[in-house]
Amino acid sequence: MSGTASSSVSTQWNRPAEPPFIRIEGVVKRFGDFVAVDGVDLEIYRKELFCLLGGSGCGKTTLLRMLAGFERPSEGRIYLDGVDVTDAPPYERPVNMMFQSYALFPHMSVEGNVAFGLKQDRVPAPEIRRRVTEALELVQLGPFAKRKPHQLSGGQRQRVALARALVKRPKLLLLDEPLAALDKKLREHTQFELMTIQEEVGITFLVVTHDQEEAMSLSTRIAVMDRGRIAQVGTPTEIYEYPATRFTADFIGSINLFEGEVTGREGEELRVAVPEIAAELRVRSDRELAVGTAACVAVRPEKISIARQPLDGLDNALQGRVRDLGYLGNLSVYRVELPNGRLVKVTTANTRHSTDREVDWEDQVHLGWRPAAAVVLTE
Amino acid sequence: MSAEPPIAAPTSAAAPAPAAEPRLRRGFWLSGRGAVTAVPYFWLFLFFLVPFAIVLKISLAQPIIAQPPFTPLFGLDGSLQASLDNYRFLWEDSLYLVAYLNSMKLAAISTLLCLAIGYPMAYGMAKAPPSIRNILLLLVILPFWTSFLLRVYAWMGILRNNGLINNTLIWLGVIDQPIQMMNTDFAIYIGITYSYLPFMILPLYAALERLDPDLVEAAQDLGCKPWKAFATITLPLSIPGIVAGSLLVFIPAVGEFVIPSLLGGPDSLMIGRVLWDEFFGNRDWPVASAVAIALLLFLVVPIMLFQRMQLRRQGS
Repeated sequence: MSGTASSSVSTQWNRPAEPPFIRIEGVVKRFGDFVAVDGVDLEIYRKELFCLLGGSGCGKTTLLRMLAGFERPSEGRIYLDGVDVTDAPPYERPVNMMFQSYALFPHMSVEGNVAFGLKQDRVPAPEIRRRVTEALELVQLGPFAKRKPHQLSGGQRQRVALARALVKRPKLLLLDEPLAALDKKLREHTQFELMTIQEEVGITFLVVTHDQEEAMSLSTRIAVMDRGRIAQVGTPTEIYEYPATRFTADFIGSINLFEGEVTGREGEELRVAVPEIAAELRVRSDRELAVGTAACVAVRPEKISIARQPLDGLDNALQGRVRDLGYLGNLSVYRVELPNGRLVKVTTANTRHSTDREVDWEDQVHLGWRPAAAVVLTE
Repeated sequence: MSAEPPIAAPTSAAAPAPAAEPRLRRGFWLSGRGAVTAVPYFWLFLFFLVPFAIVLKISLAQPIIAQPPFTPLFGLDGSLQASLDNYRFLWEDSLYLVAYLNSMKLAAISTLLCLAIGYPMAYGMAKAPPSIRNILLLLVILPFWTSFLLRVYAWMGILRNNGLINNTLIWLGVIDQPIQMMNTDFAIYIGITYSYLPFMILPLYAALERLDPDLVEAAQDLGCKPWKAFATITLPLSIPGIVAGSLLVFIPAVGEFVIPSLLGGPDSLMIGRVLWDEFFGNRDWPVASAVAIALLLFLVVPIMLFQRMQLRRQGS
C-alpha cells in the first residue's frame, strides 16, 4: 500500500513545476530565553503525508501549533496555498488538527462532536447531517453516532477525532501523535487505515510523531528534527539508507558508527582509517573529502554479515566474540565484542525454520560488509 | 445549623450501593474498613440525627410556662399529644412566609453576586501559571484565618455613616451627606457575598482547573472565536462547579443569622432572625422548632434535585 502511495505522489516534490503547498520560511519560536524552533525552512506539497519526527523537546509540536495558529512565530513566515497565514488566528485558518488527547467534547455525542465545526461555519442543517454521516461512514463509526465519547474505546475515540477534523475538508490536516494512545496491534491497523483515508480524501496530512516506525511506514516524506532545527528531510528510504548526519543515523533505527579520518580515494570508494578498531574501512561515496578529514563510517546492523568461518568477498572484515544474543522471532540481534572491547551490533533475518543457531554465545565470529552498504558522515 | 443538610444528603445516595453487593455487606461493619466508616456515621447520628429528632419532637408540642417550656410528647395517661398546630400557625401568620421568601431572595441574589464575582476569579486562577496557582488559592482561603465575626464587624467600620467609604467620598468632595449603607439590604448583600465568596470560588476552580485546555483549543481550531469557545465548551463543562458552588453559598445564606443581625436593618426580615427571636425573645420553642424544620424542608428540596441531576449525569 505504501508502495502505491509513494509512487503516485513521490514525483511531486521532485518536480519543480509544482509549487509547494505549504511554505515555512525561517520560522523561529522563542519562549523567553528558550528557543523551541530555531530557523526552520520547509516545503510541503499537496496531498503529501508529511511527518515531523523527533524526540521530546525537539520543537516538532511547537512547529505544529504554529501551523494550527495556537502560537505565533517569533520570526519567519508561513504560507498555505500561497496565502500568508502567519498571523491568522486558529479559527480563520483552513487547517484542522487532531489532538494527541483527541480533545473530544465530553458533553456532546459523537455526532455533535463531528458536526461542531460545520455549525460554526453556519452550514445549512441538511448538509451538516449529510456530511456528518459521510464522515462517520468514512471512519466506520456510523452506528455510534448517538454515543457519548466516554462510551467509546480508545480506537473509536481516535476515529471520532479524525472524522471531526476531516469533516470541514481543511486544506491541511495536522495530526499530533495520532497513534500514540493506541496499543500496538491497533496502532498497526490504524496506520494503514489512516493512509487509506488520506488517499481517499486527498487532504495534505502533517503528522507529528516521536515514533520512527510510525513515521517510516506512514509518510511520503519525513523531516527529522533536532533541538529546534531540521536535521534532514527525505523519503523514509533516503532517511534510513542515506542519513545525512550522525544524529539522523543514530535516531532512526540503530547503527554502528566508526569514527576516523579519510586516508584516500580508490575509484568509487573512500578509505577511512578507524584507529579505535585498528582498521581501514572502505565506503562507497561520491563525496569529495580531502585526506585527513574527520569522518564517520555508519553501517546498519542488518547490512553486516556474521559467520563462524571467514567471509569471502567482503572488503570490510572484522573479528570478534559474541557477547549478547537476542532472539526476536523474525530477527536475531548480536552484540559482537571486537578485540579492543568495542561492541558492534549485527542483526540477521531468521529465514531458516530451525531451532539450531549457526552462531551462538561466546562464538568467535567474522563480520563483514560491502563498501556500498555503509555511508560516510562528516556532520 | 443550616449547614447540616448537605452533609446528611449523601447518606441517602450511598444507601443503595451496598445493597447491590449483599455479600460485602454482611461483615462490613465489623471489618476495619467498616469501623472507619462507622465513626463519622456514629458522629452524625449522635450530633445530627438525634438533635434533629428532638427538634422535630418539640415542633409537635405546645408551649407552656415550665422547665422545659413545652408540653411532653406523651401525656400522663400515655396518650400521644402531638399536633401540627405550630405548622398551621406558620402557614397562617404571613410573617413567617414573608421571612422565608425574603431569606430566599437575599440568598439567591447573594448567590448570583458570588457567581458573577467568583467565576472570573476562579477562571483566572485556573488559567494562571501552575507556579502561582497555589498562592492564589491560599489568598482565597486566607480570610478564614480570621474570625468570621470580626470580618463582619470590619464591614461595619467600612460601611457606616462615618466609616471608610463615606469619609473618603466626603473628603474627595463627591458627596456632602453620608450615604446610608449600614442597616440596609445592600449591606447584607455585601456581607453575604464577601463571606461566602470562597465557597463559590473553590468548587468553580476545581471544575475549571480540571478542564482540558485542549478542548478550548479544539473548539477554536474548528472555527470558534474565543468567546464562542467559552460559551459552548468551558461554560457547559463547568456547570457541576456552578451548581456545587451555588448550593454551598445559597444554603447557609438562607439561614444566615449573624450578617443580617449586624449589617441589616430592622425591616430586613430573615428567617434566621425570626428563629432566634422565637427561641430567645418569645421563648416559644415549639414554633421555633417548626420554623427550623420547615427551613430544612425548604432546603432539602433543591439538594435532592441536585442529587438527581448528578445521578442522571453519571448514568448517561
